[in-house]
Amino acid sequence: MLDVQNLVKTFAGSKGEKRGRVHAVDGISLHVEEGELFTLLGPSGCGKTTTLRCIAGLETPDDGVITVAGRTLFSHADRIRVPANERGLGMVFQSYAIWPHMNVQANVAFPLQVMPRGKRPSRSQLKERVERALTVVKLDQLASRQATDLSGGQQQRLALARALVMEPPLLLLDEPLSNLDAKLRDDMRFELKRLQRELGITGVYVTHDQVEALAMSNVVAVMRDGKVEQVGRPRDVYEKPSSRFVADFIGTSNFIDGTVEAAEGSSYRVRTDDGVLVVPSDATFHVGDKVVVAARPEHIELTTGATNGNLPNAWHGRVAVRSFLGEVVDHVVSVGSRELRARCNSKVSIPPDTDVTVRFHEEAFSLIPAGD
Amino acid sequence: MVAVAERSVHARGDALRRLLSARNLIVLVVAIAIAYLALVPIGFLLWQTFVRGGHFTVSAFRDAYGTVGLGTMLLNSFVFSFGSTILALVVGTALAYLLVRTDVPGKALMYAASVVPLIIPGILHSISWTFLLDPHNGIANTYFIQKLGFHAFNVYSLPGMIFIEGVHLAPLVFLLMVASFRSMDPSLEESAIMSGAPMWRVFFRVTLPLAKPALYAAILIMVVRGLESFEVPAVIGLRNHIWVFTSRIYDALHALSPDYATAGALAVTLLALTSFGVWWQSRLARRARSFQTVTGKGFRPRPMPLGKWKWPAVAFVLAYFFISIVLPLLTLGYASTQPYYSPPTHYTLTHLSGANYPAVFHDPLFQHAVKNSLILGIGSATTVMLICAIAGWVVVRTNLPGRWLIDNLAFTPLVIPGLVLGVAMLDVYLRLKWLPIYGTLWILFIAYLTRYMPYGMRYAVTSMFQIGKELEESAQMSGAGWFQSFRRIVLPLLVPGFVAGWIYIFVVSFRELGSSVLLYSPGKEVLSIAIWQQWQDGLLPQLSALGVMLVGFLVVMVAIAYKLGARIGVREA
Repeated sequence: MLDVQNLVKTFAGSKGEKRGRVHAVDGISLHVEEGELFTLLGPSGCGKTTTLRCIAGLETPDDGVITVAGRTLFSHADRIRVPANERGLGMVFQSYAIWPHMNVQANVAFPLQVMPRGKRPSRSQLKERVERALTVVKLDQLASRQATDLSGGQQQRLALARALVMEPPLLLLDEPLSNLDAKLRDDMRFELKRLQRELGITGVYVTHDQVEALAMSNVVAVMRDGKVEQVGRPRDVYEKPSSRFVADFIGTSNFIDGTVEAAEGSSYRVRTDDGVLVVPSDATFHVGDKVVVAARPEHIELTTGATNGNLPNAWHGRVAVRSFLGEVVDHVVSVGSRELRARCNSKVSIPPDTDVTVRFHEEAFSLIPAGD
Repeated sequence: MVAVAERSVHARGDALRRLLSARNLIVLVVAIAIAYLALVPIGFLLWQTFVRGGHFTVSAFRDAYGTVGLGTMLLNSFVFSFGSTILALVVGTALAYLLVRTDVPGKALMYAASVVPLIIPGILHSISWTFLLDPHNGIANTYFIQKLGFHAFNVYSLPGMIFIEGVHLAPLVFLLMVASFRSMDPSLEESAIMSGAPMWRVFFRVTLPLAKPALYAAILIMVVRGLESFEVPAVIGLRNHIWVFTSRIYDALHALSPDYATAGALAVTLLALTSFGVWWQSRLARRARSFQTVTGKGFRPRPMPLGKWKWPAVAFVLAYFFISIVLPLLTLGYASTQPYYSPPTHYTLTHLSGANYPAVFHDPLFQHAVKNSLILGIGSATTVMLICAIAGWVVVRTNLPGRWLIDNLAFTPLVIPGLVLGVAMLDVYLRLKWLPIYGTLWILFIAYLTRYMPYGMRYAVTSMFQIGKELEESAQMSGAGWFQSFRRIVLPLLVPGFVAGWIYIFVVSFRELGSSVLLYSPGKEVLSIAIWQQWQDGLLPQLSALGVMLVGFLVVMVAIAYKLGARIGVREA
């Protein structure tokens, strides 16, 4: 459906930095299947929005190829650059970009009205399509309302209706939920996901919110400094982060540096400052490799009392701080020289200065090569 | 795949056509017009002043400063402009603080007073103060100051000039400082109060330091304004030969044998001074942005209770309103009812007559002055706003190479004092024989375009910035081309700013005197020139009647602008 190959976009560096070009997008390749919601996730400045704007045609890339449904929209080598208004893609902007001087209906009708004469729908067709788009987002009751009188959530849905009315092959969403308050954001997340799945929309979704990315997407691409760090299904990316950056950015992780001591099938014995850990991994490591063990706090179990003999992956520690978060209780546990974070269900709540056994479950672990 | 191939050929053929598109041609014409307006007069002025017979020379300066009495004139100019700056700054800042941060009653009066420079042209303001503070028969002198046992205040002096100019400039400081106080996070002040500081300490330790960038900007703008001012030095200063730059330039050109070299040399000096001021101000503004207090949040500051200072504050506001609006207008109104001007006595006050008003309409000077002012006002406001709408779009929205140049060029005339522009345009059009516009309305039209281009640009750029970039991009994504999105999205959204800018330029064009006084020719007078001529001929009652009507007309225009929601005057400086 969407194919992006070796996309490069540079900007002139500002005076303060070193003169020269800043690589906002640095050779990205992506592939999005039909009907899939593909998310670009990353911290601000990682190039995710620039990538999206290149696909939209609002920025001109310096290199690369962009194809949508077999139609080349941009190719540096072939000197093809289809202007944004001829690409026929739908886009929802972060600010919604609702035109304040038009009412709801006029906002949605605009994309149909500016179609080239040959393709422009008749008056009755136009009316029908506008109505259908508004019904989909449940705004049909408000069709004649002035656009500026809508609430934030309604403006959001109006922006979506306007992007969908053209029936675009690809929908681009630039942090569409970031301007909503937390409660509304939760509702819209489900709403958006339902619409996307029901209508079979192919979409590229940009966000810096990992929860949003995990909840909505079929595929997540984590970006960093203009490059794609990891691509995969949300669960894979969460459970098997391929780098320390990804493990840190998505969810919370305890990072424990160590050295591979022995390989036992698909498990590795890792020697760390505070003891030995046995870590399963699909990746291949060699004895002597420097590694980082990332351990998710929700798979770390705490029990009061000293360590019982030589249980694997059990360390001795002492609770430093606990904090009650409602659904869970977070504990910070001192183990040797380091502090580990453990997230327990709300029934487990251990006061500070209690000796505890820290047990790592296998699913807590992912093994990452050291050095990045 | 066939479609793809077609597309690529199509795209290549488009490149040339796109380069020559209507859009680019329009942009090119606008850019050339702006460059012509901004560069030609200054270029000619510099060339004429520094180049004699093909050689670089400073002889014009030697001649000019040899005869003028350089020292006194320089001293006068600076004392006048710094003095009026200080007065305007103190009054304007105090008013702004009271308005934004306190619960002082009478805030509407302050806003009313803030449009004074728009609705009372400087020349009328200055003349009305001669009625009030003439050392022999000034109304305020005879009936107030001398009754209290003081010596009559002689307005025809440097302190008199400073007073009048300062009162006239104070509203500009007020508007600048209101904007700055508004954008300040009130919690900064509140935390100072919570730390136990009394209100006056909060003002001097927190509020004022935070407002420093705006204060410095206001100082520089006011000093430049003071140096440029022509009305007060001409109406007040000339009587006792208190020369400043502008009056010297005017005098050099209106001597029996006009001395263009001297006028040019003085104009170049004045231009250098004002350019320096504006350059310094813009440098400060850039630096201020890095530690600005504006966070873009809509603050709703809680007004501080004034307590026992309430009544002194009210007295201050009332006094300012009285001095800046009521007194000048009452005096003009009174003068307009007399057959010959004399200070009010029981007899004159019981023999008021409206005879001057119909008489004004029968005056041929008034008739063509009104016509010319309307033509110039409507023509220049429309042309400026059209040019600036396109230039503003180019500057804000495109990444065309050289767009910063258009921006800077459009703002250049801001540093050219009206009188200097007059000198420069005389230089240009007395020499360009193939463009015979000297002696027609066209020369005034071009002068007005030049003078008001920066204001139009400011309105256009500001309103363009208010239209989120994404509004235009979403039109593009919806399939609209440049022309479609400009016509259906950008222009409709620009209309309020466009109308506000139009009215602003229309209104200020009526008070323009500095350029007009050098460029008009008989039959091509405008209203401000008509007042100027009547003043020189001593036709004070007639002038007052005309002034009252002009002020009434401008009040209506400004009211319409306010009605349209335009924040007129805020961007004045």
